[in-house]
Amino acid sequence: MTQHVATPAAAPHHAPPQTFLRKYVFSVDHKVIGKQYLGLALVAVCTGMFLSWLMRLHLAYPEIAIPGLSRLSPNGAPGGVMTPEYYLSLMTMHGTIMVFFVLTTAPFAGFGNFALPLQVGAEDMAFPRINMMSFWVTFVAFVVLIAAFFIPDGPPLSGWTAYAPLSAVGKDAGPGQGGGQTLWAVSIALFCVGQLLGALNFITTTLDLRTKGMSLARLPYATWAWFITSVIGLIAFSVLLPACILLILDRVAGTSFFIPAGLVISDRLQPHSGGSPLLWQHLFWFFGHPEVYIAILPGFGIISQVLPAFARKPLLGPRVFIACLAAIGLLSYTVWGHHMFLSGMNPFSATLFSVPTLIITIPATIVTLLWIGTVYGAKLRFTTAALFCLGFASVFVSGGISGFFLAQPSIDVYLHGTYFVVAHFHFVMGVAAMFGIFAGTYYWFPKMFGRMMNETLGKVHFVLTFIGVYCIFMPMHYLGLHGDVRRYSAFTDEYMKGDMPLHRFITVAALFTGAVQLIFFVNLIYSRFKGPKATDNPWQSTTLEWATTSPPPFDNFGGHPPVVYRGPNDYGTPSAAGDYTPQTTP
Amino acid sequence: MGKLLAALIAVITIVSTAIFVRHTWWMPPDISVHGAGIDHQLGETMLSAGLLFVVSQLVLAFFIWRFADRGDARPIKTFPGGVTPMVVGALVLVGAEVLALTFVGTKVWAGIYQAPPNPNALHIDVQAEQFAFYFRYAGVDGKFGGTHPNLIDDGNGNFFGLDPANDTSARDDIVAASLVIPANQPILLTMHAKDVGHAFYVPELRIQQDFVPGLDIPLQFTATKTGKYEIVCTQLCGLGHYNMRAYLEVKAPDDFAQWLKDQAAQQ
Amino acid sequence: MIPMRSLPVERVSPAPARTGVWVAVLAISMTFAAITSAMVARAGAALDWQPFRLPAVLYVNTVLLMLSSGTLESARSRLAQPEPRAIGGTAAHWLLVTLGLGLLFIAGQLLAWRALARQGWFLSTAPNSAFFYLFTALHGLHLLGGVAALVYAWRRVRMLGPAAADTLGAAALYWHFMTCLWVCVLLLLTIRL
Repeated sequence: MTQHVATPAAAPHHAPPQTFLRKYVFSVDHKVIGKQYLGLALVAVCTGMFLSWLMRLHLAYPEIAIPGLSRLSPNGAPGGVMTPEYYLSLMTMHGTIMVFFVLTTAPFAGFGNFALPLQVGAEDMAFPRINMMSFWVTFVAFVVLIAAFFIPDGPPLSGWTAYAPLSAVGKDAGPGQGGGQTLWAVSIALFCVGQLLGALNFITTTLDLRTKGMSLARLPYATWAWFITSVIGLIAFSVLLPACILLILDRVAGTSFFIPAGLVISDRLQPHSGGSPLLWQHLFWFFGHPEVYIAILPGFGIISQVLPAFARKPLLGPRVFIACLAAIGLLSYTVWGHHMFLSGMNPFSATLFSVPTLIITIPATIVTLLWIGTVYGAKLRFTTAALFCLGFASVFVSGGISGFFLAQPSIDVYLHGTYFVVAHFHFVMGVAAMFGIFAGTYYWFPKMFGRMMNETLGKVHFVLTFIGVYCIFMPMHYLGLHGDVRRYSAFTDEYMKGDMPLHRFITVAALFTGAVQLIFFVNLIYSRFKGPKATDNPWQSTTLEWATTSPPPFDNFGGHPPVVYRGPNDYGTPSAAGDYTPQTTP
Repeated sequence: MGKLLAALIAVITIVSTAIFVRHTWWMPPDISVHGAGIDHQLGETMLSAGLLFVVSQLVLAFFIWRFADRGDARPIKTFPGGVTPMVVGALVLVGAEVLALTFVGTKVWAGIYQAPPNPNALHIDVQAEQFAFYFRYAGVDGKFGGTHPNLIDDGNGNFFGLDPANDTSARDDIVAASLVIPANQPILLTMHAKDVGHAFYVPELRIQQDFVPGLDIPLQFTATKTGKYEIVCTQLCGLGHYNMRAYLEVKAPDDFAQWLKDQAAQQ
Repeated sequence: MIPMRSLPVERVSPAPARTGVWVAVLAISMTFAAITSAMVARAGAALDWQPFRLPAVLYVNTVLLMLSSGTLESARSRLAQPEPRAIGGTAAHWLLVTLGLGLLFIAGQLLAWRALARQGWFLSTAPNSAFFYLFTALHGLHLLGGVAALVYAWRRVRMLGPAAADTLGAAALYWHFMTCLWVCVLLLLTIRL
């Protein structure tokens, strides 16, 4: 059977950069851009995590005066005691920063930019200058968002979901709905542009710049995941962008896309008329649901690359795996209404949306079983990267199972808007996707920086984090089953008051787990400068990034593009290299 | 290390499942006619999802423990049957479960949200606003007066913007801050929002529905047990969202009739 | 799993620029599709749709844009045969004509805006005027991107570099998409506004 492969088209050739600015700031090198994205995500996750500590402290001890908080916002926390509106603002920024600037940025833009061109055997992405633009646009988006903390009106408080008309009418809706909401919308619109430019590069590079012998069938599974994620993202962000534009127009230009007539807010009859709040929800969730798959699919790809390397065994069912990724990608566009079962849309559509939502659990289950099946009969090497892969499987099961409940409208009647939902999405996004990021970091750090991270610190980081995240998020299911409502800054209802001990337990666990992340940061920074030097292929992996030096030269392969003779899954059979065969071996 | 991870997974699975099973934190007793369907659906899902959860976590833990690299020369083993049992298992087991749950659940859902309006229902108009709920009864004439947003005057208690001076049907409308209903009587709420999105949630009643500005949304239920229950807002509506509540008071039919009379006298 | 070891058959992959443009076409189409569905939903949400007549200059602009697609194709065919023909200039000249027509289109769109404003139709006047300005503004902005792409292509064509045909082909694909997109938008506005 002949293999149809392409000779790569005229690949971008650019001379190596000379100045500091060209090398580290305005670089067109995908490896630098990937690291810049990862650096941005690191700053974002620290910010987002800090916000979550503030939130959890307030929830457990609403009267507490948090030292220094009044300096950050004299209005939001007079004397250090958080006002209800400031709690909601911090919550909004927490969600926005985490979903966009951590979970979309690190696994996709960060690792993808660094590794994809290497994995396909190219010198760089297809459009290096557009790639550089995509990072800087994303960076500006982040700055615009953070600016909301420092304006007099403060950050928005409508949640990362920014439902209209609360988000659309402007200052009348109350504190937190002034300029901060407009900054939010501008930031997200810019973010969409940045990600669209990035997706453009990922798709074109995967299709057109594969090296000789690298057919689509031989692509590493991480690249497949990034490729499918970029296609999902291309369509999703193209819808969020106009939604944000419409929101901005409602706020500043007097239009009424989302604001109906006859609203009386702060004793003022609003001048808008004719708009539909449900329209915002449809547009937002049409983006929003694929977005969560954008957040998790790269993690699937990373696990499917890293786990076999440390199981010393091929991934079970790679073609089925890729088919499942594609199925999830396609189905992700059919389920958005499951966020809107109780929204007032036609109740019949709830059933329509529920069916694909339940069906999408099938490819997700298959993928998880493929990982578990890969572990069967393996020879597991428990490096930190491997531990995070195994941990990913466990937390993804936990998070996915709660989805079963929420996917059914009849059960959602009770669980919607409760802590059960918070538990679900934190397990799949805040934990599983984060574990994917950790696995990728511990795995690719040697390739990025030419040094090894400390394994002892890594293992301690993993064990304490694994325990910590279960202590934080598993109890939230119980709170939800009890009917405790989410997005509350305090619990004044009789039936919720009795749950305060559980809330305090969660807060302690959250602060503990946050503190544990210091171990990771110390490891990162120390290893970056003082870690032991890494060889080309310390993990004995098959894919092309390990066929070059650590770190790779400027043009990735020193002017000698690799030739590929096999797929990435040759682990476990003895060969000249050992118990595996790299993709470059004939 | 592998043993530690396997043990951790096993312990976490067993402990968390035990807490679920013991109902340490659980739904309050159901006081509605339709709630049994929801509780049954939740119970079924808890059983099948719980089984899936326990089995997959414990199998994962077992494999992690069993298949560590112990430095021996044993060859790797492929899962018996390869990828086929995974695909077949997922399709058959998950697929069957999904089908069953959908079939039953659709009926439960339709029974609550797609049922035609009950002609015997007591009709109550509900308005949600930042940060309170108000409830309106039609009064002896059985007709609701028209509402006019420009006439809304919270200071004078005209929450709905009624015009009793010019609108006869508005004169006997009863406005209350609590939702008072008779037990075992079908209720039809018409829900509208004054300002931004809100929602209506009573855990005991197994009912929840968003208020959408610009829409009038119907909601039907029948309460079976007398008592006082909290109605809470579950749609983020601003700074007072956490404190936005009203009380559902389910009274015996005679007590309700008396309450209605007292309210009419006061308006 | 048996590794694939057979000899690969060579196939030249398409120029990345062209793939990139197709990807961009997909994204931009999705954006306009989203706004279209927003418009349909909004029209059904309330009774405040206030129809107005589209300014006549829009149809002139449409002709100009379609002409520009034609001149662009002339430029491309001239690039394939570098010797200047008896009538008509080189590829670079035809590109300039295309650019000129494109800029005339933009100017014409601004005239349309002025005409509407004089009749009292602004962004916030009614939902349909809002969508009119939104659609035309977004299309115009994307067309300006196409202008930039054509300028870039023009510079390459003038130097007759090896990649000139590829670059021009990609820019042309984008430009023709802009023309098609405008025709679709105009049809939509005529029928639905």
